[in-house]
Amino acid sequence: MAGLATVLGSGAMTNTIGEIEDAGAIFVIGSNTTENHPVIGYRVRKAVRKGAKLIVADPRRIPLTEICDAYLPLKPGTDVALLNAMTHVILREGLEDREFIANRTEGLEEMRRAVEKYTPEYAAAITGVPANDIVRAARLYAGADSAAILYTMGVTQHTSGTENVLSLANLALVTGNLGKPHAGLNPLRGQNNVQGACDMGALPVVFTGYQPVANDEVRAKFVKAWGVELSGVPGLTITEMFQAAADKKVRAMYIMGENPILTDPDANHIYECLESLDFLVVEDIFLTETAQVADVVLPAATFAEKDGTFVNTERRVQRVRQAIKPRGQSEPDWQIIQELARRCGFEWQYESSRQIMEEISFLTPSYAGITFERLEAGGLQWPCPSADHPGTPVLHVGKFSRGLGKFSAVEYRLSAEQPDEEFPFLLTTGRSLYQYHTGTMTMKTDGLNRFHEEELMEINPADAKVLGLCTDDTVNVTSRRGLVRSKIKLTERVQPGVVFMTFHFAETAANLLTNSEVCHIAKTPELKVCAVRIEKA
Amino acid sequence: MVTLYVDDLAVSVEKGSTILDAARKLGIYIPTLCYHPDLTTFGGCRVCMVEANGKLVTACRAPVEEGMVVRTDSSAARQVQRTVVELTLSNHNGDCLTCVKDSRCKLQEVANYVGITPERMAMLRSAVPEVEVDESNPFFKLDRTRCILCGICVRTCQEINGVAAIDFGFRGHKTTVVTIGNKGLAESRCESCGECLERCPTGALARKDYEQPSREVKSVCPYCGVGCGIYLGVRGDRVVSVRGDKDSPVNSGQLCVKGRFGYHFINHPDRLTAPLIKRDGVFVEASWDEALDLVAARFLETAKHYGPDALAGISSARCTTEENYLFQKLLRFLGTNNIDHCARL
Repeated sequence: MAGLATVLGSGAMTNTIGEIEDAGAIFVIGSNTTENHPVIGYRVRKAVRKGAKLIVADPRRIPLTEICDAYLPLKPGTDVALLNAMTHVILREGLEDREFIANRTEGLEEMRRAVEKYTPEYAAAITGVPANDIVRAARLYAGADSAAILYTMGVTQHTSGTENVLSLANLALVTGNLGKPHAGLNPLRGQNNVQGACDMGALPVVFTGYQPVANDEVRAKFVKAWGVELSGVPGLTITEMFQAAADKKVRAMYIMGENPILTDPDANHIYECLESLDFLVVEDIFLTETAQVADVVLPAATFAEKDGTFVNTERRVQRVRQAIKPRGQSEPDWQIIQELARRCGFEWQYESSRQIMEEISFLTPSYAGITFERLEAGGLQWPCPSADHPGTPVLHVGKFSRGLGKFSAVEYRLSAEQPDEEFPFLLTTGRSLYQYHTGTMTMKTDGLNRFHEEELMEINPADAKVLGLCTDDTVNVTSRRGLVRSKIKLTERVQPGVVFMTFHFAETAANLLTNSEVCHIAKTPELKVCAVRIEKA
Repeated sequence: MVTLYVDDLAVSVEKGSTILDAARKLGIYIPTLCYHPDLTTFGGCRVCMVEANGKLVTACRAPVEEGMVVRTDSSAARQVQRTVVELTLSNHNGDCLTCVKDSRCKLQEVANYVGITPERMAMLRSAVPEVEVDESNPFFKLDRTRCILCGICVRTCQEINGVAAIDFGFRGHKTTVVTIGNKGLAESRCESCGECLERCPTGALARKDYEQPSREVKSVCPYCGVGCGIYLGVRGDRVVSVRGDKDSPVNSGQLCVKGRFGYHFINHPDRLTAPLIKRDGVFVEASWDEALDLVAARFLETAKHYGPDALAGISSARCTTEENYLFQKLLRFLGTNNIDHCARL
């Protein structure tokens, strides 16, 4: 997000899901698409059947590697080296889009100098990917008329997360793969409405539509509309909030529909932080691990019990409709928030989600043309600046939000934690097809549990042999922060030296192990790399 | 455009269209079993045989020609259609009343159209083969005694999902739909997306715990960020099914295993149904007034004593856009920008 906003002017999927199947090439990096975004996975497979070249960069042999033209099994956390080398090859072989670079970008020379030393051989030594394969991947990507990049947390959840995105942007810019269909730079967002939450300013530095709280003009607009004084001091990110709680700077916390004890890095630390709060209120549909620590728990309605909108990964605002009445005394979150606001002394009078959307449209330029009436006919993709605007399927056509697309000179840095004698393995984490996040929802369906009912940490058979481990053995996985007992599965899917766990299960909470060290720009924690020790339990 | 005559009615269709397209444009029914509009044509069931310029062709595959004369109900076409359906029925499980597809079954529809006589059936009817039903998948079963080998599931798996977990196996009258190595579906590469059961024309691939909804509500899937359009099936006050919205530009009706089958959390008995306040380490049910008054009092107290930045809020990527808007608005009304959510997680 921060990375994309820096170079292009806005952070979101630049293109549309429907365009994927007609891409000339698709570069999937740090995204296990068929398990985490299955319906987009169907599109990728269809594109391949229609002749698209598929490049996959991932430390694990994810299912898409079975049908790809080039597989780049990079070591976790070495993305910048790989991507810089691909850009290096493209420039060295003259495969760049010179017209696009001349008309629409700035900063090429600085970037060219930065990637100069990233020869395929240099990158091969860092990433473990054979130099020939890097060259081939670069040619496949640059050789297509239109090439789409799909990425997710495998790229961003690193201390170098923003740099990873910047070097991906270099690749798209140097080949002119932005501002046209079947191409682009496409972060696939992991949750139904993470895009909407970002768009609405559920972030410490911006109001709705990414309008900065520190900007006096913006703040004046909101002060006038809301009739209250507003702080222009940027707030804390999640990771900072927890630390502030431990430091007694944050005293009371309101958590709505999140389960940070399982999703956030260094779970023991999170638990201690929450315990040190004077007051915690959690609003959720189940008594989650986090809710159990709360002082007050408020019962919320599910998506099937309320009206509103979700914004998908391609910026499409879509209507969610009430099917049944809320269970027991549970209530839609918007009604709970409003009731709480009234008791805090604010005279709010919203009668429906529709009415809230009217206020959002009024205050948010990119949502100005979005109304529930229009959404009845189908979703609308922002920016949608006026009532007669059809929405925007492809961003940056003709011009970037910031004007010119900016190349970045990016250097590879080591991940915060490297394997050593004490902790010789790299642990990387993710999700599976049959469970979702902390399982609050999916574990209520028995059939899904039948497919995936407990953690089976993936370990390469060669490593298992050295450690004297067999399938279904239980191991202690220890990091500098915690210990988890997990059963194992021997599979070539992971490379030697790397182990993989999901973070679905409370009993084997992978985030007891992970590192809360964050990307210095986007503040995204390095969930994808931490050093661990494996011992037979 | 190409003009042709189907049962003496003139119709103009795009070059490259099939006779079936032309007939459907006229509203003329031609029976089909293996044809599905989402998939490539297979032409395997032969039930759409019609006479075109005096020759028997499969309507689903035969391209139209200028001036072509098509008869959908010539005696030759009728005879082939009936024979094909009779042969299909000859070893088909006839226990329709307990089949979940009863009254929505394509084979019933086609059999009705071609007209099946009890006498002919009695002559042709052999024993229904004793084949074990594949119950390994928790969500659906594969009952090969109801399978008509139309191949729609095979093409769906190849062309919609793309995982290609199933195909035709064995030969001749032993031909059947199998997984790689003829393992149970649950042990195969099958991703349980359920796209095949959406398209299966008979009860061969069917939901295990199917309940017909009494009404449907259009909405959006609550899992990942793809945002597939769905219809929630409701019966009484319960959600009993989810199906993809074919008109959605996002998913064209397609879903994954979680989206299609993972809705049981909605009706689950563990749902929180009342506000809870922790007293001496134990949660006690409370009224909304009690709970909300307490929360408001503690927030205001904290802001007053330690300043508004002693408050922090974590919003939710699971909640609606409008709810996220109100959440950040409340925290900002209270005087702090300490608002975030799991965008980085």
